Amino acid sequence: MANPQMVMYEEEFNLIQAIVDRLVREANAKVVFIIDKDGQLIANAGETDHLDTTSLASLTAGNIAATGGIAKLLRENEFTTQFHEGERANIHIQLVGKRVILVVIFDNKTSLGLVRLRVKKSSEELTGIFESLLQKVQDPNHITPFAEITDDDIDNLFND
Amino acid sequence: MSFINYLSREINCKIVYYGPGLCGKTTNLQFIYSKTNPDAKGKMISLATETERTLFFDFLPLALGEIRGFKTRFHLYTVPGQVFYDASRKLILKGVDGVVFCADSQIARMEANMESLENLRTNLAEQGYSLDKLPYVIQYNKRDMPAIAPVDELRALLNPNGTPDFEAVAVNGDGVFDTLKAIAKLVLTELKRGGAGGGGASGGSGGTPPQRGPISR
Repeated sequence: MANPQMVMYEEEFNLIQAIVDRLVREANAKVVFIIDKDGQLIANAGETDHLDTTSLASLTAGNIAATGGIAKLLRENEFTTQFHEGERANIHIQLVGKRVILVVIFDNKTSLGLVRLRVKKSSEELTGIFESLLQKVQDPNHITPFAEITDDDIDNLFND
Repeated sequence: MSFINYLSREINCKIVYYGPGLCGKTTNLQFIYSKTNPDAKGKMISLATETERTLFFDFLPLALGEIRGFKTRFHLYTVPGQVFYDASRKLILKGVDGVVFCADSQIARMEANMESLENLRTNLAEQGYSLDKLPYVIQYNKRDMPAIAPVDELRALLNPNGTPDFEAVAVNGDGVFDTLKAIAKLVLTELKRGGAGGGGASGGSGGTPPQRGPISR
């Protein structure tokens, strides 16, 4: 069975955004973002104005997917953490609850140790939020607003 | 798998272009990129070898407009077509909402087409999807080449179930947007039916019967 659909509601989003905002401050990071394993951006914080977050999300998900593929070949479950060190920017990638990816971009104003420490705490909190979110989506009473979409609505999207 | 964000009122879907090596998957995305309004697209990313062969994937984010107040965004991906990149192809199919099978119309590539289609079925099945239940269209590309198979023959070999199909010459854009529109419509229709929520295993049957797409040439 494929992964269930990802849905984001205001209540959970606010909780997630608060964690991401706090992580930027506490880890002294430049940027923090959360994406799902399919490469969709969920939340971000920090200096994102100059960043192509859509591309970053897609490439990070590809990276995690490739690493997961390597893990499978080595009969490992997953490699949950990755760290890439550059000259000016470093990137710490953490798989959270097997479903979403927490990415922290930082420079030499902070340290890998601090980032890891703060990421660990945030990951635990995020795991709980995403678990309850997925339960909500899998609830048989969950109604998608798209049930009301008509064929005309879809056709109208393609009228040039 | 589609991602619905109620807060930003956005819906994101993933479409994968699949097919044998050198059939024109990347060319499809390049044409879409070149003809799309800058406001409606993001950067196109190609993870390719030095000889311009796709190594991992191409990625193109595209905004198609609004439905009932929800912005619809499609993430288009290609897979590397060469046989030995199978491990990468499997990864890219994760979370797919719709598939375009890009076939090479040249007679010499018939075996490669069939092998790739079989590989698509196998790789989807590994992820719990079935090609018969997933939004899916076929494109017969390279209709401008000299030694090509007739469409009827291609259909008999690659499309026995009557999936919407399109002739194309991706290099000059013929049939590229017809193909994209068809798969986007199918994905949205599936979403409307609620099929996307249950993954590939629950979607599909019971919808409108498949129809042939318009042949552009």
